[in-house]
Amino acid sequence: MTIEASRLPLTAEALEAPPLSIGKMAWLRFRRHKMAMIGAVTLILMFVYAFGGSLIYTEAYANRTETGNRLAAPSREHPFGTDVIGRDILARSIYGGQISLVIGVAAVAVMLLVGVTIGALSGYFGGLVDALLMRFTEAVITIPSLFLLLVMAKFFGGQIADIRLLGRSFSGSVVVIVLIIGFTSWTYLARIVRAEFLSLKEDDFILAARATGTPTWEIIFRHILPNTIAPIVVAATIGVAAAIISEAYVSFLGLGVQPPTATWGNMMSGAYNYIEAAPWLWFFPGLLILLTVLSINFVGDGLRDALDPRSRPM
Amino acid sequence: MIAENGKTILEIKNLEVAFHTPEGTIHAVNGVSYDIEEGEVVAIVGESGCGKSVSMMSILGLIPIPPGEIVSGSAIYRGRDLLKLPERELERIRGNEIAMIFQDPMTSLNPVLNVQLQLTEALRKHHDMPPAEATKWAIEMMDMVGIPDAKRRLDNYPHQFSGGMRQRVMIAMMLACNPVLLIADEPTTALDVTIQAQIVELAIRMRAEFGMAMFWITHDLGVVAGMADRVIVMYAGIVVEEAGVDDLYENPLHPYTHALLNALPRVDQRRESKLVSIPGAPPSLLRKPPGCPFAPRCTFAYDRCWEECPPLETVGIRRKTACWLDVKTGEPR
Repeated sequence: MTIEASRLPLTAEALEAPPLSIGKMAWLRFRRHKMAMIGAVTLILMFVYAFGGSLIYTEAYANRTETGNRLAAPSREHPFGTDVIGRDILARSIYGGQISLVIGVAAVAVMLLVGVTIGALSGYFGGLVDALLMRFTEAVITIPSLFLLLVMAKFFGGQIADIRLLGRSFSGSVVVIVLIIGFTSWTYLARIVRAEFLSLKEDDFILAARATGTPTWEIIFRHILPNTIAPIVVAATIGVAAAIISEAYVSFLGLGVQPPTATWGNMMSGAYNYIEAAPWLWFFPGLLILLTVLSINFVGDGLRDALDPRSRPM
Repeated sequence: MIAENGKTILEIKNLEVAFHTPEGTIHAVNGVSYDIEEGEVVAIVGESGCGKSVSMMSILGLIPIPPGEIVSGSAIYRGRDLLKLPERELERIRGNEIAMIFQDPMTSLNPVLNVQLQLTEALRKHHDMPPAEATKWAIEMMDMVGIPDAKRRLDNYPHQFSGGMRQRVMIAMMLACNPVLLIADEPTTALDVTIQAQIVELAIRMRAEFGMAMFWITHDLGVVAGMADRVIVMYAGIVVEEAGVDDLYENPLHPYTHALLNALPRVDQRRESKLVSIPGAPPSLLRKPPGCPFAPRCTFAYDRCWEECPPLETVGIRRKTACWLDVKTGEPR
């Protein structure tokens, strides 16, 4: 660079730091969190694996049984081996990954809808509304969620017909599992959102918003809710991991998503009797669950730091 | 500057507001009456906790109920009693016809919404203005309240503005719909002195430009002298004196006003002379004493003051006072 070029005219505008939006600041902070970045990359790779993999293997292949080739160890033809009825584990882990990830995200969507609504109404209106909603929340908390999950899965399972979505058809039990996980996991979020609302509704800017004639629902959803986005995002991220694990539990016990639709959880359910004889049955789906959940938790950790309004950029 | 025989736009009568707390009922406002005319600037002065803000906020339905309760009174605005309007109707008036600016500009803007959104909110809501037009108007408003480089700062967030600039944004936000009445609740208290002067000057200019009436709540008597047409002095939830600004300074009629003005530091006084203060503290609002609330601190107080609260009486042209005594002579009136 020549001396001439470096002598740019120093205007006030050039000296001023460009305004950083809240999102940009969060990104700058997130990027410095090494584990979170590794987690984010791993997570992206998981999605690429589950959704990109379907370009190589067809679902029909993933569900094709080959009884002559049961419990085959990993080989060139079947890199992850085959399961108890001779299905290719690699292909199944791809299609199972799709379901597991979709269940994670969809269950969190349900959780957000219920948790945020209940938390927001409870915190904003207080009084009787708060008392009723919080007692209800506590009632849900006191039920052991795994037990509830199993009972509901048993009760509702198989009541919904198969669905076609995204060019593939899968067992209706997927929807049941999503709803069950969503409806049992919102309590924690509702309490966080309520606590945030309790303090935020007393802030001056809410008074100012009311003084400009803003209607109540707009105060709740446009003025207060965006202020609670940080804890919600963090809770939602961790929620995805928790939902994937819950699904794995239930499916492992055989009450979750029904075969032939694969999930990482129900792939392991058949592995129970072959823990030593055919470790590849549980190793690969287990590893995928582990990596996904771990990286989601790291991302959640990074988001918590990045979105904390008290921490400064740089 | 007093608009002679102007039209009264808001008339508050006998307003009484209480808060029910675990410690007991706080009688925050105990029957105040005052009014304001078109284009008039009325200052409301008094110590912290004397009911200045509460009386204003209750007419706009901004106090939390419960624990708050509007015990009695009326606030007639354009023939309708604001205290009896349903929330939905009040929403249409708030920010549109009657706007309010708050004390602390650092906390009265939403930290996660950019100023454009907050500036145009009232316009979009009350006038159904299309976004593009609202944005244009927002830029104009920001220019008018003296925010440099308005166009570029539109998508800035509140934390990117200084305190004085935020109060300007606040003023622009509240004036956006061209209100008939602006209530400024100690808008300069949280700012430093040089910025205070700028904001007062801005308010005076805006008043000239928009011609709205203004309630200016403050405890800074210096500011009052510079901008108000009329002054209402409040003490412990009641109005103790009401007068034109010049009359009040030249000839205060209530012992409290008298003491307040004496307590003002003056540049032309000798440095050695001590600042005068009013002995004692304002009464607890938990109990309503039978007599005049100022009696315990009043140098003129006599038997009657402890037994009976003096009513606010008209004693001259646009002059009212609530005292049994004539301050000049110290004799009962």
